Amino acid sequence: MIRVVLPYHLRNMAMVEGDVTLDVDSPPTLRSVLDALEDRFPVLRGTIRDHDTLRRRPFLRFFACAKDYSLDPPETPLPEPVAAGVEPFLIVGAIAGG
Amino acid sequence: MSGVRVLVGTRKGAFTLTADGTRDRWEVSGPHFAGWEIYHLKGCASDPNRIYASQSSGWFGQVLQRSDDGGKTWTPPGGGVTKSPEGFPMGESNRFVYDTSPETGKPLTTHMWYDGTQHPWEFKRVWHLEPSLHDPDTVYAGVEDAALFRSTDGGHTWHELSGLRGHESGPSWQPGAGGMGLHTILLDPTRPNRIFVAISAAGVFRTDDGGQTWTPANRGLNSQFMPDPNAEVGHCVHRIALHPSRPDTLYMQKHWDVMRTDDAGGNWREVSGNLPSDFGFPIDVHAHEPETVYVVPIKSDSEHYPPEGKLRVYRSKTGGGEWEPLTEGLPQRDCYVNVLRDAMCVDALDPCGVYFGTTGGQVYGSRDGGDHWTPIVRDLPPVLSVEVQELP
Repeated sequence: MIRVVLPYHLRNMAMVEGDVTLDVDSPPTLRSVLDALEDRFPVLRGTIRDHDTLRRRPFLRFFACAKDYSLDPPETPLPEPVAAGVEPFLIVGAIAGG
Repeated sequence: MSGVRVLVGTRKGAFTLTADGTRDRWEVSGPHFAGWEIYHLKGCASDPNRIYASQSSGWFGQVLQRSDDGGKTWTPPGGGVTKSPEGFPMGESNRFVYDTSPETGKPLTTHMWYDGTQHPWEFKRVWHLEPSLHDPDTVYAGVEDAALFRSTDGGHTWHELSGLRGHESGPSWQPGAGGMGLHTILLDPTRPNRIFVAISAAGVFRTDDGGQTWTPANRGLNSQFMPDPNAEVGHCVHRIALHPSRPDTLYMQKHWDVMRTDDAGGNWREVSGNLPSDFGFPIDVHAHEPETVYVVPIKSDSEHYPPEGKLRVYRSKTGGGEWEPLTEGLPQRDCYVNVLRDAMCVDALDPCGVYFGTTGGQVYGSRDGGDHWTPIVRDLPPVLSVEVQELP
């Protein structure tokens, strides 16, 4: 069970409160977690990754166990504490005003 | 008609303002989609409960929202059902993919960038939504970078009418200061296959075959900032409007100049007349009088606020040329707000109601064709768009 923390506005769009929990085949990767997230919440497609290129939207970043995974390739396995559901996978929006 | 519903898009959410036919007392609902830019909302003429909204964010991109209960609840359309068994929304409606050439699989064209080089087309956001006059499931979207999309399934899937972007002038289109958006879509009520669109810094285009082929409709426009002031395309058109009973007559607020055509864009002539400034963004036509036109002049392209700090709607009852300031109820000192291109509209009640919103967050309404104005609501986020629906 993977725990995913979404930014505030995406939690509202997905109509969830708190962490999202997902079943993902082991070992979980950046891509498999995001695929599972979008399968369960189609409304989030296009909001985290581009529809076609699957590139991360530029103002979002991915963190796990205090490490920045934003620039890692999609096949990158996530650390064991995330795979075990002990630590969450964080999707974080850039802090910017306006 | 029992009343009206004014749909307000702002920098930080959407609001609905509802009143009965007297338009005396208003109920304000919102913010919907709090914190998101709502570029535009538009209700369906054929179904007053159906409203489409363009929800946009620098972080999360474009989302389309739809209401089927007059704005009480909203869902991204699609998926057949609106919620999963667990109660999660299943809609998926933000996929705007530019058409590609079947030969190369590449975008049909590039367009000109600010620096004069060619630039690939990139989808950024939906500027304007225009539902069909007859079918609530058919809706057009004008997007940035400029293109026209159509959905026939209530906003779930979108397909580009790529003949527009594929016009031979496409590579010469370039963005204005605010981007290269397709901001106006006018559906001719008498000719189902005729559509007018206006594109920032490209101009007006018309189709007579439902969007397959397009013709520039800019003859008579003069833009001194262009290398060829009378060029076929490249004019910075801010907004166009028509009256349903006389759709061959269109009015235009341009980047300098108010214009009129009586032959569906074949030839335009200037009707700025005695306006204090012929620069502005919105323009609209009285619901019952096709010769009565409204604009909101601002001082200049460098100073986007009303001349002398006096917020005035100008009305012409002669189809342009002769204009009168409408001031009753509007601030006549120290007012430095702007009214954006999609932020003015009229209702079809009698007498005609006129509404506009400002970048200062006020929405003003007149229930007598502009003679008297009152603020319906103040202190909203900056207003991006104002549309109205008549309620049965």
